[in-house]
Amino acid sequence: MPFQSTVGDYQTVATLETFGFLPPMTQDEIYDQIAYIIAQGWSPVIEHVHPTGSMQTYWSYWKLPFFGEKDLNVVVSELEACHRAYPDHHVRMVGYDAYTQSQGTAFVVFEGR
Amino acid sequence: MSKKYDAGVKEYRDTYWTPEYVPLDTDLLACFKCTGQEGVPREEVAAAVAAESSTGTWSTVWSELLTDLEFYKGRCYRIEDVPGDKESFYAFIAYPLDLFEEGSITNVLTSLVGNVFGFKALRHLRLEDIRFPMAFIKTCGGPPNGIVVERDRLNKYGRPLLGCTIKPKLGLSGKNYGRVVYECLRGGLDLTKDDENINSQPFQRWRERFEFVAEAVKLAQQETGEVKGHYLNCTATTPEEMYERAEFAKELDMPIIMHDYITGGFTANTGLANWCRKNGMLLHIHRAMHAVIDRHPKHGIHFRVLAKCLRLSGGDQLHTGTVVGKLEGDRQTTLGYIDNLRESFVPEDRTRGNFFDQDWGSMPGVFAVASGGIHVWHMPALLAIFGDDSCLQFGGGTHGHPWGSAAGAAANRVALEACVKARNAGREIEKESRDILMEAAKHSPELAIALETWKEIKFEFDTVDKLDVQQ
Repeated sequence: MPFQSTVGDYQTVATLETFGFLPPMTQDEIYDQIAYIIAQGWSPVIEHVHPTGSMQTYWSYWKLPFFGEKDLNVVVSELEACHRAYPDHHVRMVGYDAYTQSQGTAFVVFEGR
Repeated sequence: MSKKYDAGVKEYRDTYWTPEYVPLDTDLLACFKCTGQEGVPREEVAAAVAAESSTGTWSTVWSELLTDLEFYKGRCYRIEDVPGDKESFYAFIAYPLDLFEEGSITNVLTSLVGNVFGFKALRHLRLEDIRFPMAFIKTCGGPPNGIVVERDRLNKYGRPLLGCTIKPKLGLSGKNYGRVVYECLRGGLDLTKDDENINSQPFQRWRERFEFVAEAVKLAQQETGEVKGHYLNCTATTPEEMYERAEFAKELDMPIIMHDYITGGFTANTGLANWCRKNGMLLHIHRAMHAVIDRHPKHGIHFRVLAKCLRLSGGDQLHTGTVVGKLEGDRQTTLGYIDNLRESFVPEDRTRGNFFDQDWGSMPGVFAVASGGIHVWHMPALLAIFGDDSCLQFGGGTHGHPWGSAAGAAANRVALEACVKARNAGREIEKESRDILMEAAKHSPELAIALETWKEIKFEFDTVDKLDVQQ
């Protein structure tokens, strides 16, 4: 009888920090996360980089941070525009908190190849 | 006006009980819970505490007249009942700033919790809280980096940090130990931790550990594409050896080291924090021995005081208990002192055990570390209690996974991210905890197995030290 183990083999995965261990988000789920950023009073920021540079501290800004932007649809269309312009890049959504001078959150929306 | 020397024993309250005194902004204020010997009046007990923790001694001495005691003495300015407790009372004492050396937590504690705790007229004495004046805070270095800088260095945003302590805590060789670190980090943890008991024992000398761990950290970082770290414990026999270990961690390009601040002592801790600030190193702080000092409700020092002292002495992360795990700590009290680790102003709030307004000014914040007997089922509650500026550490909850530490790490990471995502989307994560975790497990066999493994484990004992409120 062939040996059967109940132990699974855990394979290391390359991930991109926050939410890297969850399945890709649906559009509605992405909307929820952007709404959270706006509700916290943070500024939406879109950043992108070629996958070879994903561990760099600085990714390129898409335009400038969207200071004061409260409209979800604007942010989503900018995300999509960034993805269209750089289809092979990672694109991440950042919520910038000017009070702490830190990122309130940051997560990758589109993974480049 | 000069006074005459009048030898003999005076009652403490004649000099040190001053209910008309209005504390200055520069005074260091303390609240003690006092339980006197039977028959000794409250004012006398309280005044004795003020005297013995500042300028007084049991007898009048001639040399007092060489100075201006009115300027230097501590004063008890208020006495309050302890709700629901007839034998004890709170004494509020104001100490002039000049009684303490600048930036020295060691000096503050030597006065406030020194001889006075052995004083015979007291049955018990507990230091409940200290209000540090801004004038003192500005002389302290504080956290070498703080929450914001630590996030930037580790590239972790929008969620708590995830870690675990390497187990078994004693007996692994350096190479085996590094293997366990590697497994945890490749599985999705951000940080791993030396157990506090690991210093440099015969089975694993520190240099051996540091080298293998550094290799594990770098490899995991390379393979996962995320920033990783391991708290290398630099607590040592002497300060010289402590610095030698810290220097070697820096040479290995490691981002974070660790110190045990109560057993190691405040002088060592402040020194190491200064070294970290100078060398761009993060500092994780363990708190072994704290429960000896802080657990008895009537004697010792409350942990909120030890936590404030650590923020001033210096550390970027401090253990705070978990509320939900295997170790003592109720929710409101814990929230009270984690506020004091992280916020820039914390108002007086007796429902959280904070006796004073505490202004921290520009002092950086400290990550609250929740560690001890926690597993995936606790994740929603931990996120709700501790928020993002925390580090959640699952030891048994990582290594105890049936597939091993890497799978255990992945299970915790999935659970954490699922909870953060749900919270951000406006869901009530504590109420909906089961649904959130079960949904996440559909995409993660590691989490599904972890949920099955720990489904029955609870630690439901009442806390020994409760807040003083009328029951």
